[in-house]
Amino acid sequence: MMPKLPFLKKEKSATSTSLSTGDRSEIFRASRRDFLKIGSLATGGFVLGINFQCSGPKGELITFAPNVFVSIGSDNIVTILAHRSEMGTGIRTSLPMIVADELGADWSKVRIVQAEGDEEKYGNQNTDGSFSVRMFYEPMKKAGATARYLLVQAAAKEWGVDPSECDTEASHVILKGGSKKIPFGDLVAQIQTMELPKDEQLTWKEFSSYKLVGTDVPIYDAQDIATGKAVFGADVNLPNMLIAVVRRSPVVGAKAVSFNDEKALAIPGVKKVVKIDGAGLPTALDKPLEGIAVLAENTWAAIKGSEALEVEWDLGPNQTYNSSAQLQEMLKSTASAGTVKRQRGDFSKAKSSSGKVIEKTYLAPFYAHSTIEPPAAIADVKADGSVEIWAPSQHPQWARGAVAGALGVELPKVKLNVTLLGGGFGRKSKPDYVVEAALLSKAAGVPVRVQWTRSCDLHHDYYHSHSAQRIVATLDDSGNLSGWNHHTVFPAIGAGLDAAPPSDGELDLGCRDFPYDVPNIRIESHETTAHTRIGWLRSVSNIHHAFAIGSMLDEIAESKGVDPVDQAIALLGEDKDLVFAGEMVGDYGNYGEKIEDFPWSTARMKKVIETVAEKSNWKANLAAGKAIGFAAHKSFLTYVACVVTVEKDAAGNLLIPEVHYAVDCGIAVNTDRVRSQFEGGAQFATSLATTSAITLENGKVVQNNFDTYQIIRMPQAPKKIHVHIVPSKEKPTGVGEPPVPPFIPALANAVYKLTGKRNYELPFKA
Amino acid sequence: MENYKLSINGKTQEVTAPEDMPLLWVIRDLLDMKGTKFGCGQALCGACTVHLDGEAVRSCSLPVSEVGSGKVTTIEGLSEDGSHPLQKAWVEHVVPQCGYCQSGQIMNAAALLTKNPSPSESDIEAAMQGNLCRCGTYNRIKDAILTASQSL
Repeated sequence: MMPKLPFLKKEKSATSTSLSTGDRSEIFRASRRDFLKIGSLATGGFVLGINFQCSGPKGELITFAPNVFVSIGSDNIVTILAHRSEMGTGIRTSLPMIVADELGADWSKVRIVQAEGDEEKYGNQNTDGSFSVRMFYEPMKKAGATARYLLVQAAAKEWGVDPSECDTEASHVILKGGSKKIPFGDLVAQIQTMELPKDEQLTWKEFSSYKLVGTDVPIYDAQDIATGKAVFGADVNLPNMLIAVVRRSPVVGAKAVSFNDEKALAIPGVKKVVKIDGAGLPTALDKPLEGIAVLAENTWAAIKGSEALEVEWDLGPNQTYNSSAQLQEMLKSTASAGTVKRQRGDFSKAKSSSGKVIEKTYLAPFYAHSTIEPPAAIADVKADGSVEIWAPSQHPQWARGAVAGALGVELPKVKLNVTLLGGGFGRKSKPDYVVEAALLSKAAGVPVRVQWTRSCDLHHDYYHSHSAQRIVATLDDSGNLSGWNHHTVFPAIGAGLDAAPPSDGELDLGCRDFPYDVPNIRIESHETTAHTRIGWLRSVSNIHHAFAIGSMLDEIAESKGVDPVDQAIALLGEDKDLVFAGEMVGDYGNYGEKIEDFPWSTARMKKVIETVAEKSNWKANLAAGKAIGFAAHKSFLTYVACVVTVEKDAAGNLLIPEVHYAVDCGIAVNTDRVRSQFEGGAQFATSLATTSAITLENGKVVQNNFDTYQIIRMPQAPKKIHVHIVPSKEKPTGVGEPPVPPFIPALANAVYKLTGKRNYELPFKA
Repeated sequence: MENYKLSINGKTQEVTAPEDMPLLWVIRDLLDMKGTKFGCGQALCGACTVHLDGEAVRSCSLPVSEVGSGKVTTIEGLSEDGSHPLQKAWVEHVVPQCGYCQSGQIMNAAALLTKNPSPSESDIEAAMQGNLCRCGTYNRIKDAILTASQSL
């Protein structure tokens, strides 16, 4: 049984085509009379106390919250809840910007508070799949518009004017023309008794009147980060808390037969040793591995204690596994017939009648997420059975449910506070480390912080799968691309010892959705097994699919002697919306959205390609023989084209002096954070392309730390990264993942120009 | 276990710790100052960078017994109110993404500027290459250091 992929499946909030209706409204009704006690906010920053008082004692700050996302205080402070996890995308700033703009709030008087994990109250909080802005742009507008409606009604009544005569600006209601204005805070008492507006009563601000959306807004936490005050997963301290470091099964599925903790317990500060019964095989996305935890008064004692443990493991069936051997087997399998997952025309016929066949294979390794903050979580399982968690979680609801399940308590007993995440990239979607903390706190009877070390992180990740691909391209007698046959195989997310193909959802990530006008297309997948835990990493299987497709298209262009940019535009054909009707075998996922709502627009793709070519001076640089490479790739419904320039320094090191990206992500909410995601995406992708690889020998991960699992350092980073945002009024789509996929083939194609040697395997050396 | 008198951010702190406990865990666990971060434990990522007598050191790999009378500065002690030119430049350039590595980046950059108030881009690259950032903020870090160097 394949598990559902949380980042792809149509989750509750993603199914509705119009997010301002349906189950969204329940969220707005849920807290009709909620008053936020601001005093409770000061304690932890992210601890939110909600009670149901209808008025505060005299002299106390009164706050009105027309919905769970926004509340207004009599001190004229607007508090906006950030319910998605902040792992570096800027979402904690970007969604509140939308609320504030629609409300007409003064941004300098906005306070942002992190919501705890509670799906019933806030809706989907799974911060994954680049869908936060896509899913919540409309609900955030509605949150702001609802509050604005009430404020305007109250002011109009006070002034004896029609509400249409009023507007909001800088946290005031103003009488149009500017003769009167009143601060929001002065209206709080009046609006408490007002009925919430119906959807049809709401009005929307003109996009052109937005002051925040579509501009550069600094992230809310910048000052706290620069002064060391920002609170991450391991930064919460509780009285009597013990720190746990866990020795986990070195091979996935291994069981601890016995262990000797005598030496561990002899280390000063070590208090307790607790066995965690692991999920075993098949692996689980939400359960801990088998492990022996050392609980100590401080982290250092726990680390030393875990090293001093003597554990006898039954290593199980994965102990003979070697990743390099599997990679070669997978490569071999791509030469045989697989399961057809998309069919257009007749590829076999095209091949037999073609003038030329180009056949290439592509390999990519396992990758670890290696967030600089290793997983950590804090749990306080109390005597009354209630549980409080602090965790840097991308998916607080899943973590909350997994904790409740593991402890056998009802969901409402678990309170999950979300801290800042020191990087996520998909790793911190999985709640295994949060469950560890909960189990250990229960066993120890005190609060516990579980702290992963770097070797824990690299050895026990949910890895991006290694992969083998074969692309066979046929050219007709006129040199036109007549056939495209793409074979792909990789251990699927959730796969185990029984051979399985990649899921349709994984194939929809940059493989089956091949957008080009080629008359004969056949996409085939192959089965393989998984011997470690497979997860998802920033842009998931788009990483290897885009590498193969983008490299192959460059090679085809070269064989024809045409400019790869011209070729891409020509292959996209007439402007149209692709729906792949009748071609997909099985459902096409389209990132959880109906294809009618988010069609595959060849026109938008052409526009980003033309933009990047123009801005990077592509034609002139190509004519001048510069080492430049191009690729374009749509992922997570965002259109991206990329041009990379490379050179070598005197010592022969590869340098990337310049990168140009063009992106169409619909409405760009926070343009500075759109740019920063692309800047970061180029650097992340440089690591994937040139430095990083996880390998397994005898079932164990070989790499231990950043000396052997390398990510790029400052000298290796692309020097200038230009991000050209194509102006768009289309529905907003995400930018966390889309920068990664096209960069890798663009870099590979540039390196080929420089060295004359094509690279078919990641990571490559120039 | 030994008793140590440490000078941290201008204050004398008394702690009892085993002599091999890295300064990082003394700072984070014993003194509850959480601005200095744990990343790798082997001086490979720079997230734990603090100053020892003005030099950038990796506190994850510096045993407390070797600190002696040296003056330790952490991110909390770099300035009283976030007014160090680097901290201001970090905010101005909106350097952080997730922010986790940035305490270490700022501390490392501060040590660089003390020694070399007008670093070139390649000076910055050479000095900062021990500090990893997974989000990919290297370019903005460089820009922020250049900005800060101009305001020194």
